Amino acid sequence: MAVTFAVGAVTGTVLTFEFGLLWPRFMGHWGEAFGVPFAFEGIFFFTEAIFISIYIYGWRRLRPWAHFWTGVPLPVVGVLGAASVVAANAWMNSPQGVTLNSAGEVVDVDPLRVIFNDAMPLMAAHMIIAAYVVGGFLVASIYAFAMLRGRRDHYHRIGFIIAFSVGAVAIPIQMGVGDSLARWVYNNQPEKFAAIELVPETESDVPETLLGHLNSDGTVSGGIPIPGLASWLSDPSTGKDTVVQGLDTVPESDRPTIREVNVVHLCWDIMVGFGTLLFLLALWYWACWVFRRDMPKSRWFLRIASLAGIVAIITMEAGWVVSEVGRQPWIVYNKMKVEDAATANTGVWITFILVILLYLGLAVTTVLVLRNMSRRYRLQDGSGDDDVPYGPSGPNQAAREPVGDGVTV
Amino acid sequence: MSTTIAVILFVAVTAYAVFGGADFGAGFWDLLAGGAERGNAPREVIDRSIGPVWEANHVWLIFIFVVLWTGFPEAYASITLTLFVPLSIAAFGIVLRGASFAFRKTVYRTGVRRDFGAVFAISSVIVPYCMGAVAGAIASGQVPAGGKAGDPWSSWVNPTSVLGGVLAVVAVAYLAAVYLVWDARRLGDPGMERYFRLRAIGAAVVAGVTALVGIFVLDADASYVFDGLTSRALPLVVASALCGTASLVLLLRDAHIGARILAMGAVASVVVGWGVAQWDYMLPTSLTVADAAAPTGTLQAILAATILFVLVVVPGFAILYTLDQKSLLPDEGVD
Repeated sequence: MAVTFAVGAVTGTVLTFEFGLLWPRFMGHWGEAFGVPFAFEGIFFFTEAIFISIYIYGWRRLRPWAHFWTGVPLPVVGVLGAASVVAANAWMNSPQGVTLNSAGEVVDVDPLRVIFNDAMPLMAAHMIIAAYVVGGFLVASIYAFAMLRGRRDHYHRIGFIIAFSVGAVAIPIQMGVGDSLARWVYNNQPEKFAAIELVPETESDVPETLLGHLNSDGTVSGGIPIPGLASWLSDPSTGKDTVVQGLDTVPESDRPTIREVNVVHLCWDIMVGFGTLLFLLALWYWACWVFRRDMPKSRWFLRIASLAGIVAIITMEAGWVVSEVGRQPWIVYNKMKVEDAATANTGVWITFILVILLYLGLAVTTVLVLRNMSRRYRLQDGSGDDDVPYGPSGPNQAAREPVGDGVTV
Repeated sequence: MSTTIAVILFVAVTAYAVFGGADFGAGFWDLLAGGAERGNAPREVIDRSIGPVWEANHVWLIFIFVVLWTGFPEAYASITLTLFVPLSIAAFGIVLRGASFAFRKTVYRTGVRRDFGAVFAISSVIVPYCMGAVAGAIASGQVPAGGKAGDPWSSWVNPTSVLGGVLAVVAVAYLAAVYLVWDARRLGDPGMERYFRLRAIGAAVVAGVTALVGIFVLDADASYVFDGLTSRALPLVVASALCGTASLVLLLRDAHIGARILAMGAVASVVVGWGVAQWDYMLPTSLTVADAAAPTGTLQAILAATILFVLVVVPGFAILYTLDQKSLLPDEGVD
């Protein structure tokens, strides 16, 4: 744990260097607004770092209840920290709370409006719920994998049920929030929405195209069109008569390129598709609880569940690609372009390559060191992932088995 | 308002120098401890004295950057554009240092331990040097205002930057040696107590000499800061010299806690002295604090965040520190 903590702390510290080293013009121009949510994010992050180190390092030495209470601040500051950092990103989509002079310089800032910009509530909710989806399914997938290997004791069952239930509650909520957010994009960032739905020209009765791509001449080829669905989803009250603004309404220099549009559309399909699969898996799980009063135990369910964590991560990352690539060429929507924000320093490529090599090296070394440690611990006392000083007690608590082929790394 | 935020910024810089500095200094002594055989005893003390948990000290650095880019964005852009090279090196050094120190604690084989140890120790010296060089570059007016880039090399390879770099390395070495005397004593190792006491005195003498040489360097290369140091910041310079000397006297008399506090005072007053000397410039002599400052709304938000920081983070840090001192937070790894 000390290793992961130290590696996490130092790689995180470097991020604050990178903002300036990579985006000096962006920070120089917008720092007074963009920095505000970060100042608060910093507080929550520090609190999280301090309490998580007390929680981890104090595990064996503090009294159980004292130790428990050191863990209580963690989810609170975690959620607040996530909301603040998403607020900074949301501000890039919806740059409000700043007054500019005729030269375009920031002369006045309303910090509350910057933090609580129009994009923030839905984006923050979407990300925080995504974190629960990913966290729940990821932890559950490790237990599912262990159960597939025959470790169906009380400990693994509890571990799976708690984690999977979190993911399975979060995923339907996530679909609702995501739907609202998409409608926000439809109303406020029409060219991003046009990229998402692959709409070259403004029209009504727009089909929802699954897969497929946009050609350089503005035609759409491939894919499975579902007639009228994109229009209907954009505003159910007007149904398929809803007009969806096309890419052509925005000058070419101010909208995503054809390639970017295709990336956005593909990632959108991945996000919605995988999200729906996770939702179906959650339905399976809840159906079993309703009809059989127990979690599904078939090998097929566990096989799929053991992949759910990775699928959830891909879903979330695809969503971020939609959000970020869809905003191109802007870094601050309709205010500053990416090319004007980045560093002009020629050394940046050298440092970029060095950073990649360094982080690859770090990742490999961390995994090697952790594997080495876990092997040593097992040799020492034969205890494994259920070696906790306190926790749920149950019928199989006494039947702890020495871990020989576990999945913990 | 901008003055308040600038003061907050400098308090954080001082805190980083005093708390984070000692961690880097420990790496300096690790580097000079000699071969695997001979250096085993001092490295043992160093390993026990700073846990990987102390990477948490980088919160000060993060805080400094966040306040700088939010409160003084133009200065932040100028600094990162001009000092791209030393800041990049420092960033790499921080990653390599923290990671290799944690790795070293967990491996058994001498060869691998030596490799990780070497990376930890070398980067522990390079990072404070780069930070000092950055401070020197700012103090000597190498960073132009207006979010423009100064010269990528001569901005930090010049007399004042070299002075800043060397002074930073010597200062953190001195701080660490004083702390390590105390840690060796807690571990009940009189041999190591003597070992680090000698080094603390050595580092203090070198720091004194560097500071004396520095006066001439600053006079020639950074006249605005020199004028400040010899006038309004003079009391702080004197205080630093007095604290440094007094801490050595206490160290020789075995009054370790007092020595520790005075050593912190010596380093802190130099850092604060730098800030007072270049007042009221953010970037001497092209950008004043008032001109560099963000609009009032932003500054108020920073102030609110700082108050929250003092109310929430500082007590948290105190708990962490107390638990660590009571050995309630044991490390894993090779013990």
